[in-house]
Amino acid sequence: MTWRRMRATAGRVLRQLRHDPRTVALLVAVPSVLMGLLAWILHGRGHDFDTLGPQLLGIFPLIVMFLVTSVATLRERTGGTLERLLTMPMGKADFVLGYAIAFGLAAIVQALVVSGLCFGPYGMTVRGAAWLVVVVAVLDALLGTALGLSVSALATTEFQAVQFMPAFILPQLLLCGIIVPRAELPTVLHWVSYLLPMSYAVDATQQLSTHAAITTQFLVDVTVVGGFLVVALALGTTTLRRRTP
Amino acid sequence: MTSQAPESVAPTVRVEHLTVVRGRARAVDDVSFELGAGTLVGLLGPSGCGKTTLMRSLVGTQVVSSGTVALLGEPAGSMRLRDQVGYVTQVPSVYGDLTVRENLSYFATILGASSEAIESVLAEVDLCDHAASMVGRLSGGEKARVSLATAILGSPSVLVLDEPTVGLDPLLRRNLWALFHRLAAAGTTLLVSSHVMDEAERCERLLLMRDGRILADTTPAGLLSSTASGDFESAFVALIEGDIPDEREVPTAGEERA
Repeated sequence: MTWRRMRATAGRVLRQLRHDPRTVALLVAVPSVLMGLLAWILHGRGHDFDTLGPQLLGIFPLIVMFLVTSVATLRERTGGTLERLLTMPMGKADFVLGYAIAFGLAAIVQALVVSGLCFGPYGMTVRGAAWLVVVVAVLDALLGTALGLSVSALATTEFQAVQFMPAFILPQLLLCGIIVPRAELPTVLHWVSYLLPMSYAVDATQQLSTHAAITTQFLVDVTVVGGFLVVALALGTTTLRRRTP
Repeated sequence: MTSQAPESVAPTVRVEHLTVVRGRARAVDDVSFELGAGTLVGLLGPSGCGKTTLMRSLVGTQVVSSGTVALLGEPAGSMRLRDQVGYVTQVPSVYGDLTVRENLSYFATILGASSEAIESVLAEVDLCDHAASMVGRLSGGEKARVSLATAILGSPSVLVLDEPTVGLDPLLRRNLWALFHRLAAAGTTLLVSSHVMDEAERCERLLLMRDGRILADTTPAGLLSSTASGDFESAFVALIEGDIPDEREVPTAGEERA
């Protein structure tokens, strides 16, 4: 693992993004428009947007980054560039962390723009610190990248990769507490929800919207999301194979 | 990397009883050969005969079933070989959404090659005019040359090139073979595959492959004289026809036999 190769990989991925301005525009515009739509839908319904807004602010980037990363890494696999890199003095971790850095930077830009719109024109308010909402959104986007990296190893075609999104993300969305509070879920599902990273991501923003001070629960949530992030990156590293049949 | 100064006696590449089973077929079947330093060897045979699998075994990306492959005295794919072995896949494996120079500078950083190396390989493969072009917009032959440029960036001791001249115009093909000869003269060991028999005459040594086996390990002149043929196409046919009677154990379903 070397910083030089990791940085070169991150720079290369960002350069690829720069040559694809439409993807960059979509990365920023899609969650911005969706949050605007949500603000509009909930307009005049009291504090609904203040409750739901921060939760979805963490979830949209996670979904977008999951998709972008799993397609990007699948392209490396099918295009032969990953195989070529792995015949070179390239560490598997250099590759995975290079991607994480590049998409992490993209996630920061995305989170800043989207939360700027939410806290500004869309009129979202939280009791806690707004910048912490941005931090959680970036963490969630990174988690999406890491999950995308590890899951893409299971896909051999683009059709499969795209379907991993509903397969891996939508169940988490159903169980994370947005639709039914987790405590009110049937017992088995309540326990299952403890195993899913999105539950903690959503709870972290919930803590911020309802508490002025940083709560212990918030710190636990953020730590667990960080833990899932590290595990997913490690998993993404171990699923890279230098030798294939 | 001073530890790998090749001794003049040890072969650069040593393949012993290599067998690769892919699915139910023996893609490579008990293949053995050695390559010395600074030789330009052609690996010829019809498509599907196992050339790519054999080459992937050399660069260490293939799971092999049995046998050994060593390069510069190290097992194929080992850490110390990663900046010593260059590999060009059949389909150009470079980033289509980056320019030629961006591709080369990325791989140069990974390989630890200098920025002067980028300029010199651009000249070697005649792509100086396209340095700022997006790879995705180049022609197939130009993409193939970007892929080749990437492989020679790190001045590797061994170059494994899978059909590098397919679809190129004759002049360009001649230029690339001239480049391969220059590299060999400078001490690089090259294994170049092709399914076009006419390319045989450009090699110093030939490995002819069919159904996962090496049919002949010879020279262009030796191949023509031993088969009493005027051209390589008919020499190969003569070799195949001569091979059928002494076919040993017939490992796969014998759909080739009449």
